[in-house]
Amino acid sequence: MKFLYQKQSIEKSISYIHPNIILYITMPEERDRKVTILVMGCPKVPVQTSLVLYLAHRMKNAGYQTIIAGTPAARQLIRVADPDGHYIMEMKDLDATIAALAEEKLPVTNSFVFVHNDAGISYAATMQSLTNKPVTAIIFGEEAEQVTSEITFPCSIIADPAIHNPMPLKRKIEEAAPWDA
Amino acid sequence: MGCLESLPYEVVLSKISFREAREFLARYPEKYDIEPGYRMFDIHIVGVPPIRVAVDGDSLLFPFTKPCHGTFLIRVPNATDEIARLRSRA
Repeated sequence: MKFLYQKQSIEKSISYIHPNIILYITMPEERDRKVTILVMGCPKVPVQTSLVLYLAHRMKNAGYQTIIAGTPAARQLIRVADPDGHYIMEMKDLDATIAALAEEKLPVTNSFVFVHNDAGISYAATMQSLTNKPVTAIIFGEEAEQVTSEITFPCSIIADPAIHNPMPLKRKIEEAAPWDA
Repeated sequence: MGCLESLPYEVVLSKISFREAREFLARYPEKYDIEPGYRMFDIHIVGVPPIRVAVDGDSLLFPFTKPCHGTFLIRVPNATDEIARLRSRA
């Protein structure tokens, strides 16, 4: 509230000096805000939901504004698992998120894309192209090795053929510790 | 934001990779590469760049990805406005 008041006061002062000057001020709290997007794929592989909740929780605790983007079914799985929002902060529709990024309305610091099929590769490539910020593909499912070999664009990869047991991927995510970046 | 279901589309190929879509579209003489996020028919296209689209008469062919169903190659007829927009980019 204090920053907003100061920003408006400064803008008013500048426009008084010269009405044609358009001033963009980034207040300290906006400039320092870290935003991460977790992009969920099709929720048919069980490990995805728990890993998204886990990573969202770690990123949230590290001070990131954490946005989970997914299909309605994927978001419902998260919402039911965390009804009071202890681990999650914000959820968005996947298509709406892509639209916001394409229209440069959603600045992000980094993103994580959960991938277990060809569609997931498409979304990871799209996130890399639209944000031009670090993208990590978290690859899982029985075709993890094949999917990994098909990634030809720049991104970090954390992969394990996990289906039901999230622990191997959890360990690999902890080794990468993206929340410390 | 649009929806594919609002378009009179036809599925040309289903459950394909982007490489397969590109290879299939190579047969069309008029084709363009678009970047991920490019807006067509009020839909933001996702995919592995370069995303190839092709013109066939007044139809536009392009890959469309659904998270749970993979990538389809779609043909949308009477796409003259979108075709004109693509041509104006070239």
